[in-house]
Amino acid sequence: MYRYDEFDADFVAQRVAQFSGQVARRLSGELSEDEFKPLRLMNGLYLQLHAYMLRVAIPYGTLSATQMRRLAVIAREHDRGYGHFTTRQNIQFNWPKLAEVPAILDKLAEVEMHAIQTSGNCIRNVTADQFAGVAEDEIEDPRITAEIIRQWSSLHPEFTFLPRKFKIAVTGAPNDRAAVRFHDIGLQMLRDENGEVGFEVWVGGGQGRTPVIAERIRGFLPKRYLLSYLDAILRVYNMLGRRDNLYKARIKILVQQTGVEEFTRLVEEEWQQIKDRGFDLPEAERRRIEAYFAPPAYPAAETHPAALRAAEDSDPGFAQWLQASLAEHREPGYGIVTISLKPIGGAPGDATAEQMEAVADLAERYGLGEIRVSHEQNLVLPDVRLSDLHALYQGLLDAGLATANVGLVSDIIACPGLDYCNLANARSIPVAQRLGERFADLDRQHEIGPLKVKISGCINACGHHHVGDIGILGVDRKGEEFYQITLGGRPDEQAAIGKIIGPSFSYDEVTDAVDNIVETYLGLRQDGETFAEAYRRVGLDPFKEKLYAAH
Amino acid sequence: MPLIKDGRLAEDRWTPVADDEAIGADIDPIVSLERWQAEHETLSGRNRPIGLRLRSDQSPAAVAEEVERFDVIALEFPKFTDGRSYSHARLLRERYGFRGELRAVGKVLRDQFTFLLRCGFDSLEVADERLAEAFEEATSEISHVYQRATDPGAPIWARRHGPAALGSEAACTGS
Ligand code: SF4
Repeated sequence: MYRYDEFDADFVAQRVAQFSGQVARRLSGELSEDEFKPLRLMNGLYLQLHAYMLRVAIPYGTLSATQMRRLAVIAREHDRGYGHFTTRQNIQFNWPKLAEVPAILDKLAEVEMHAIQTSGNCIRNVTADQFAGVAEDEIEDPRITAEIIRQWSSLHPEFTFLPRKFKIAVTGAPNDRAAVRFHDIGLQMLRDENGEVGFEVWVGGGQGRTPVIAERIRGFLPKRYLLSYLDAILRVYNMLGRRDNLYKARIKILVQQTGVEEFTRLVEEEWQQIKDRGFDLPEAERRRIEAYFAPPAYPAAETHPAALRAAEDSDPGFAQWLQASLAEHREPGYGIVTISLKPIGGAPGDATAEQMEAVADLAERYGLGEIRVSHEQNLVLPDVRLSDLHALYQGLLDAGLATANVGLVSDIIACPGLDYCNLANARSIPVAQRLGERFADLDRQHEIGPLKVKISGCINACGHHHVGDIGILGVDRKGEEFYQITLGGRPDEQAAIGKIIGPSFSYDEVTDAVDNIVETYLGLRQDGETFAEAYRRVGLDPFKEKLYAAH
Repeated sequence: MPLIKDGRLAEDRWTPVADDEAIGADIDPIVSLERWQAEHETLSGRNRPIGLRLRSDQSPAAVAEEVERFDVIALEFPKFTDGRSYSHARLLRERYGFRGELRAVGKVLRDQFTFLLRCGFDSLEVADERLAEAFEEATSEISHVYQRATDPGAPIWARRHGPAALGSEAACTGS
């Protein structure tokens, strides 16, 4: 993974000192809360319902064991003993005291971490495929590109006061695990007919109150032009994006209102003016960054360890966990393990300090010391020897992290909702917890198969409900919490926005409603179809009929 | 309003004039784009320096062909968070070749100074004289940059690899 050199380290140290100065000016009263607000927002510090919340960047979701241990220390010393991993591959601490924030940032800087641009109307932490570098289907490790973008976007003088926040995602594989079509800019790596690697450029995707699938504005952008092309897109957006209405300020609205053809023309015209003028990264620097992501030398490992087979036979819990958690690694004898942060009845994405430490230990013992955070709010150990899987499983069991539900109905994405967020209409986490309890029987979950349930507490869609197989949106009906259900959303290369099934349900009804939809699916599926496949075949109607039959 | 130029409080010899205000014979006015466009001839005939003021929703492309007519161009920041003038400044400097004084006016706060300088501004109109004292600190807090902009400062990647990495093309085409 990337390591800071003296420049990176010094930059972050200076930024921490600068922010500490801003905090000091706030605490002394020199800055009012109003004046402090845009400054703290540029450094990931929000004022929530009950307290400040600090969002720490985990660039493209990659963490070392050392960094994970440091997050545990912060959770213990400055929060209530836990942290919350988010859908943007970051971590949030919900209870830091303002006066302690500089100390937290110092502790982060010591392990090459920061909170720069995790909020505010700037280019946010870049996200990437959580299986980057180890996925079977990958063309190039997307983290090279993501790291280049991270550096380029850090305190970019022109793009720090954009009309609205700006999110970029990169995937290096044709199977899109980074939801690039739902980002302000999505970069999908591909090869052209000569075998050169470059990007397909998608712009204007997003969720929120107006969900939009991005438009492809360029079929192939050579890698060397990455930054000048991003400069061109951002400049057009910075100058023309709407600033009169918060809800129309994202680039997706600009693309829609300008029309994709005209928007593309503007970007290309701007790019022609700035390409080859020294704004792109020199090849030597690209290669320097690339070198950090070179695949490690994997010690040879058994591809079909007998002990693994034996453990699967003798330990059904392990076999079930394996089925849900293991993904194929490009290196024979190794596997990618997803660790569920969705224990039945727990808050999605939460981990205690002890659990973070356990994951760090296990990553070192059974992997190469690297950990990933997925946008599905789980953790990933990317390099586990197949012969170590059973031991790893037992370690995870001890830490309360062996829930065998990855990708299944109780692996729910949920936003903080009414429990933390001052914009919420309704609770999200308790809905996820109730659903988890309803589907607690793992055998039944495995019988149901892959199914993504996503819950947002309001129209801002932080819980990505638009792209869930089953999406749940909290709405306010005469001061009461209600939930609107959508079906058929997909975040991947077959991007789709879920369709509303019908009238919404009360807090007490919503669990039954989801159960009803799942039962309908089980009744109509053919030959092992997944929920998404069955939905594509039959559409909304059969689900709707069953769901509202009783009403 | 106090004016910071080259890091210090400076005398301001320019007079902003409203669109319906008569321009005294002995002043150097800063006029709006509307007034410039309407009174182009008269203003040019005065034989005195002239300044232009652009709102953040007015692209400098409107004066791309005639930037050399102005000794100063003032770009507005109606709100701290309205970042359009950063792009406009870069276009004026890097594309339209404007070499005169580029002034930031409106909500110009300490924590923007570095960004402003990097986009080509060289004078800042501020609400409070004390901001001039903070200038030095505000613009030296962060000494590293990760990207090319209008300023000649070398990005970190260029310093990592030495001058060769800078390439032959200078970023600022105005110089
Ligand atoms: S979706 Fe709404 S309730 Fe949930 S975190 Fe976002 S803003 Fe808050």
